[in-house]
Amino acid sequence: MNGKRIDGREANEMRKVEVKLDVISRADGSAEFAFGKTRALACVYGPKALYPKHLQEYEKGILRCRYSMAPYSVDERKPPAPDRRSIELSKVIRLALEPAIFLEDYPKTGIDVYIEITEADGSTRVTAINAASLALALAGIPMRDLVCACSVGKIDNTLVVDLNGKEDNFSEADVVFAMMPSKGKITLLQMDGVLTREEFNKLIEMAKQNCYKIYEIQKNALKEKYKVSE
Amino acid sequence: MESYILELLEKGKRIDGRKLDEFRRIEIKENVVSKAEGSASVKIGETHVMAGVKLELGAPFPDSPNEGILVVNAEFTPLASPEFEPGPPGEDEIELARVVDRGIRESECIELEKLCIQPGEKVWCIFVDISVLNHHGNLLDASALASFIALKNTRIPKVEDGKMVRGEYQGILPVVHTPITVSVAKIGKNLLVDTNFEEEKIVESKVCVTTREDGKICAVQKQGSGYISFEELEEILDLSFEKAKEIRKMVE
Repeated sequence: MNGKRIDGREANEMRKVEVKLDVISRADGSAEFAFGKTRALACVYGPKALYPKHLQEYEKGILRCRYSMAPYSVDERKPPAPDRRSIELSKVIRLALEPAIFLEDYPKTGIDVYIEITEADGSTRVTAINAASLALALAGIPMRDLVCACSVGKIDNTLVVDLNGKEDNFSEADVVFAMMPSKGKITLLQMDGVLTREEFNKLIEMAKQNCYKIYEIQKNALKEKYKVSE
Repeated sequence: MESYILELLEKGKRIDGRKLDEFRRIEIKENVVSKAEGSASVKIGETHVMAGVKLELGAPFPDSPNEGILVVNAEFTPLASPEFEPGPPGEDEIELARVVDRGIRESECIELEKLCIQPGEKVWCIFVDISVLNHHGNLLDASALASFIALKNTRIPKVEDGKMVRGEYQGILPVVHTPITVSVAKIGKNLLVDTNFEEEKIVESKVCVTTREDGKICAVQKQGSGYISFEELEEILDLSFEKAKEIRKMVE
């Protein structure tokens, strides 16, 4: 790190973002989102009648999420069965998306969000959330706002945005963050490492600003799809 | 019950008479299991959690050949609540164990590099097992506290000819920091600490913050299906720093 990061980026520069919509024809909504090499495929099925019946809730629908990493997405093959990390991430992703969805409009139903990481190079859970947010919107599920997510961290005493895999391994601290931008509400926040209060606050501010950028990208992708051709 | 809790919160009160920023009575017992290398029992009000530490010799991870290994596991025993059932760990148990793990690991409170016996070959593996024995809310704070205290009184067994001698000890685990986890919950517009079982049913979101004695933050986890605003996050951090200071006084 001599002012630049290992992949030549500036501290507050995220990797190239790629968005593709409707990538899975069978799904009610689907999207692919990529930060550089990290790539997540998300699809949504539902709202649909929920079985087994004991899972149904009478006042609202329930959201189920499955985050999974493809065995070939990492350096050393990851066994396909869900590990403890995937189970935790599935939960935090669900809780990051849930505040945005009007689940109360769909009692007794379930909405399933399936996420597959096809290639992992750091920041997979935030990539997954961005993909899932778009897939939910495309499935026509009423939402309070899109959910935008990004990672920030501290490496070599520098605060940076969107950590790649190597940076993630060598970072002193990292924060994963998701918010509903137009509401200014945080829906995901996880941090580990050692940070002062000031650094933490600065990182949150960086993450917030970056989420606004991602918000524009997500909105533009959706607008592009529904553009009326002239 | 729900509306009663909300009604009281409007007036700044809670069902058990506490203030919003008041913990229940914390009761700590050390060395409660003689077979374990380290152990602790923590009660926060009626909530009861036990943590035990076992040490084994094992091979280090390839990416950290000179460091000991830390493994944290949690079990919500079926004793603790009618909602808990025996079986493989569920997502809440896994999340709790992983948040406790991060608090300990990232605070660098254990000097893992001092637990290497032969680089790349043999290191100490520290197994922290948490058993929730009575669930009356705020399991995370209780579990984190019990784990830390158990680690703090962990003795390292003697090693002879590369083998561990159980029951004979050469020293204590090098613990150099005091990470304390405090969870702040949000119900409506109210922020409260140490939620009890009834309150937890209507908690919208919760932020668990682990802080160190030098004012550093070492782990944060947002829980619950609600959201928090940036102003609330500031208040939550203030509150967790303040409460962690009080709890730290009890353990140092």
